[in-house]
Amino acid sequence: MLRFLLSRLLSTAIVVFGVAFLVFLLIHLVPGDPVDMMLGENAQMADREALREALGLNQPMGVQLLTYFNNLLQGDLGHSLHSRVPVSELLAERIPATVELAIISLLLACAIAFPLGIVAALNKGQGWDRTAMGASMLGVSIPNFLLGPILILIFSIYLGWLPVSGRDGAASMVLPAITLGTALAAVLSRMIRSTLLEVLHEDYIRTARAKGNSHLQVVIRHALPNAMLPIITLLGLQLGVLLGGAVITETVFSWPGIGKLTIDSIMKRDYPVVQACVLLISLTYVVVNMLTDIIYAWVDPRIRIGGRS
Amino acid sequence: MNQYGLSLWVVIIWVLGSIASQWLSLDISGVQLESILNGPSWQHWFGHDDLGRPVLERLLAGSYTSCIVALTVIGFSVIIGTIIGTMSAYLGGMFDLVIVRLIDIFLAFPGILLAIALAGIMGPGIDNVIIALSVVGWVGFARLARAQTLSVKQREHVQAAQALGSRQRKIIFQHLIPLISAPLLVEATFGIASVVIAEAGLSFLGLGVQAPDASWGSMIRDGTRYMLVAPHLVLAPGLALMTVVLAVNLAGDRLRDRLDVRAQSIKGEA
Repeated sequence: MLRFLLSRLLSTAIVVFGVAFLVFLLIHLVPGDPVDMMLGENAQMADREALREALGLNQPMGVQLLTYFNNLLQGDLGHSLHSRVPVSELLAERIPATVELAIISLLLACAIAFPLGIVAALNKGQGWDRTAMGASMLGVSIPNFLLGPILILIFSIYLGWLPVSGRDGAASMVLPAITLGTALAAVLSRMIRSTLLEVLHEDYIRTARAKGNSHLQVVIRHALPNAMLPIITLLGLQLGVLLGGAVITETVFSWPGIGKLTIDSIMKRDYPVVQACVLLISLTYVVVNMLTDIIYAWVDPRIRIGGRS
Repeated sequence: MNQYGLSLWVVIIWVLGSIASQWLSLDISGVQLESILNGPSWQHWFGHDDLGRPVLERLLAGSYTSCIVALTVIGFSVIIGTIIGTMSAYLGGMFDLVIVRLIDIFLAFPGILLAIALAGIMGPGIDNVIIALSVVGWVGFARLARAQTLSVKQREHVQAAQALGSRQRKIIFQHLIPLISAPLLVEATFGIASVVIAEAGLSFLGLGVQAPDASWGSMIRDGTRYMLVAPHLVLAPGLALMTVVLAVNLAGDRLRDRLDVRAQSIKGEA
């Protein structure tokens, strides 16, 4: 287990380093002068030099890279070009809103996907299966920047039940959570269906059935616990759908989280903030996936033995 | 007609619509003050937008944007991804190690986050959208091509080609890639759906094509401001987008069954 843990930590460290490097390259690889892009081509010479110095762009590339990693290791993400506030403070303000939205959406997605996936698997090829999978196909195909406005139109404008935007109490959370959770619920229900179908062929399921257990009992007591591990791993991977989707969903609902901060900063050409947001969202995704892998290996010894060979 | 036949027709109409929009040289940016926010009518099926421009014409122009972006991005991604992935698995060693790490690093950016950041920093425009989505897009194909190649590279005909002294390039292009093309084709079909959503998403955020050019995403964004008085401005491009994505996904499902490719997860985006 220790060996698995170390190798997993090492590969995560490489990915984290690579992600940080790519984020550094973001504003350097783009053709043209980053200062021109931020200030526009008509900016005063003095302003350009001041910005170049503030961003350290007057230094050689190697020095810039070293300074960047040195600052990162010390938790220094630089200052916002727009408000001069340290980026870490901006992020700290926004993190709770995104975490809240992500958790609620995740719970909502699970609450929809598990019943849907189970019903579909138990009635494979029949009407219920087709309806559930049709619904899931629809959920995959409706982008959140369309679902969001449609929900606002129905529930906020026509019915007046829920607020249009902002973060103010539980009611304001409903529409963003549905918008963000739908795609995940759709993908997840398909995965639950296919994982369950694989498990349902096993001998112990036949035995449980032969003992006279009902369909639902067999699924809940025997099939689901065994299907859970791959589902949890897939859930970790699908967190990407959620985090990536949060950027657009937060923008649609003016939800004051990291995603909206990313887009606002792009619009203001506040690149240190953009870099920090992209870094934070990606690292969260990487770390969560590492943790799911480790938990998986801890619970299921076959994985770590497989990993060693 | 079953749902697959229907979805095929939707895809055909999408492609024909995008060709027609270029061929008919539509006037999509002509402001007509007397038609501002007019709803659908017999003369104008989808009504007019906030500047009095006909929505149907803009929908057609938007279908061109989505079609051209999807085909170009998937074209680049499939070619680059397949070559890199196949070479990585076939050559092995240090090259493979580096590619695997590179794939891991790119996959660490969730959803279209990297594309959003790239498009945001490079500035709006259809070229930058294509670059941003291709930079992200090749990774999935490289991973798939690598995994597939690993499973077929030990086959006898490849060993025979090696024993006969065929050049590596010939083995990769003539003996490996044709063998792994079925799953790549299926992945490419689902990829088209993802890119259509991603392009619309970037345009929705204001990072895609710029006015007066039309994209379904930017039409949805502009329409949200008038949702109370003119819901057709959101619903028309929204339904067009959803129908195309749904049809492409269904076509992908069908293709997967036909080509007997082992079930993979559907890629939901945005």
